[in-house]
Amino acid sequence: MLVTGIGLSGQIKLKSSKVLIVGSGGLGCPSAVYLAAAGVGEITLVDYDEVELSNLHRQILHTEDDLGEPKVQSAYDKLHCINRNIRIIPVNQLLDSNRMKLIMSKTKYDVVIDGSDNVATRYLLNDSCVLNGVPLVSGSALQTEAQLTVFNHQNGPCYRCLFPVPPPPETVTSCGDGGVLGPVPGVIGVLQALEAIKIIVGLNGLLSQRLLLFDGINSTFRNVKLRSRNPNCAVCGDNPTITDLIDYEQFCRASAHDKVGNIDIVDESSNVSVQELFKQLGKKIVIDVRPKVQFEMCHLTHTVNIPFDDIIKADGVLKIQQLINNITVQEVYVICRRGNDSQRTIRFLHDTHQDSMMDLKNVRGGLHAYSQYVDADFPVF
Amino acid sequence: MKITVEFGGGAELLFDNKKHYDVELPENTEWTLGRLLFWLKDNLLKERPELFLQDNSVRPGILVLINDTDWELMDTVKYEIQPNDSILFISTLHGG
Repeated sequence: MLVTGIGLSGQIKLKSSKVLIVGSGGLGCPSAVYLAAAGVGEITLVDYDEVELSNLHRQILHTEDDLGEPKVQSAYDKLHCINRNIRIIPVNQLLDSNRMKLIMSKTKYDVVIDGSDNVATRYLLNDSCVLNGVPLVSGSALQTEAQLTVFNHQNGPCYRCLFPVPPPPETVTSCGDGGVLGPVPGVIGVLQALEAIKIIVGLNGLLSQRLLLFDGINSTFRNVKLRSRNPNCAVCGDNPTITDLIDYEQFCRASAHDKVGNIDIVDESSNVSVQELFKQLGKKIVIDVRPKVQFEMCHLTHTVNIPFDDIIKADGVLKIQQLINNITVQEVYVICRRGNDSQRTIRFLHDTHQDSMMDLKNVRGGLHAYSQYVDADFPVF
Repeated sequence: MKITVEFGGGAELLFDNKKHYDVELPENTEWTLGRLLFWLKDNLLKERPELFLQDNSVRPGILVLINDTDWELMDTVKYEIQPNDSILFISTLHGG
C-alpha cells in the first residue's frame, strides 16, 4: 500500500479482485503465495493432480506431509495460513472445455494465470480468456529456461496470434521427463504474480506484446518485442472462426496433462514381466536404455546401460552386438523407466537389423513396475 | 558477412546442443532469412531437420527473433539480413 502507484486505491482494487490460477505446480505455487499475501480478494485454484515427492523442489506450497493429497487442497491449507482475510477456492478437476466454461461463467475474473504444464490447456485457457475478455498471464519453464508474457490485454496479441498451429507432439517435453531446476519456474511464477498485480491495479509496463526469456544457466533476462494482435487470428481476429471452446486434446493431438501414456508397439510374445526379469537377473543380458544420468542415479545390478539415444543416433547398436557376441546367450531383456523406450528400442532394432540373431524381450512397465511389484525400495522418479 | 545465430528453449538440441554460433555467411549473394534457414539446415543442423523446418519455414512452436524483434514485424522469410544481425530461434516451452 505504501508503494507509489499502488496506494490505498490499489490495495482496495486488489481486495476486490478475482484471480484464477490454473495449475498448483512450479508456477502456480509461487504465484499464489504472492497474490494471497498481496491481498487479492478471491483466488481460485484449479489442478487435478496429487502431490508427489518429485514435485517438492519447485512446488513450494507442498510438503512431505502432503504426499498423495490433492494439490489444490495442500495449496489451500498453506495459503489460508498466509492470509485469512481472503477467499480461496480449490477446484480439484482436470480442466476441459465444459469445466472451463462453467468456471468462467460463475465468476468474472480480472486475470487468469497460466501455470499449466501442457499445450492443450494453454490453448484452452487462451481461447477462454479471449472469449471472456480476460487478460492471461502465461508462464512456462523447462530445465533451466523459462518464458513469460501477457496475452489478450489492451489489444495485444493472444497465444494463437503467436502460435496459430500447435507444435508437433514429439517436440514437446514435459518437466516430468526433461526435469526442471526448481528456482527457474519459481522466478517466473513470482513474476506472473507481479504482472497480475499490475493488471489489477492498472499500472503500465506490462509484458503485453513482449516476451521475457529467462536463461537460468547464464543468469540472463532477455526482453523481446512480439507481433501485434493478428487481425486474421482464428479467435481474437476481426472475423473469428472460433466462437466457442473446442476439443483441445484433439486440436493439439496431445492430452491435457503431462503424464506419460503407455505405448504398446511390440508383439505380446516379446513382453516379459518384472517378476520374470527378477528371476533372470544375472542369468540373461539386460540392457537398460535410459539416459546415462538416470542410470547413474539408480539401476539394477547385472544390467548394462546403452541409452536409447545412442542406439538410434550413435554407436549403441555396435555396443549391443559386441555384448551379445561376447556371451552365447541370445535372449536379451530391454528395460527403461516406464517401458516405452524399451519398446521403441526393440521396434527400431527389429526394423533396422532384421538379420540379427538377437531375441529381444521388453520388460513390461519398466523400472516403475519393478518398484511397484518386486522391490518397493527401488527408487522411482 | 558476420552474424550471430542463437538457439534456445530446446531448439539448441538440434544444433549440437550449442546455444550460440558466430556465423560467417558467404558474401556472393543476398541473404534473406528464408535462405538462412536452409543454410542452417545444411551447415549447422545435426539431426531431424523436420523438427526445425516445415514447408520452407520454421516448424510450428518456434519463434524467430531478429535483433530481439519478432520476425513477423520484419517481413519473416523475406527479411534481408544485415551484417552483425543477431538471429534467435526460440522453441516455446509448455512445462510448469
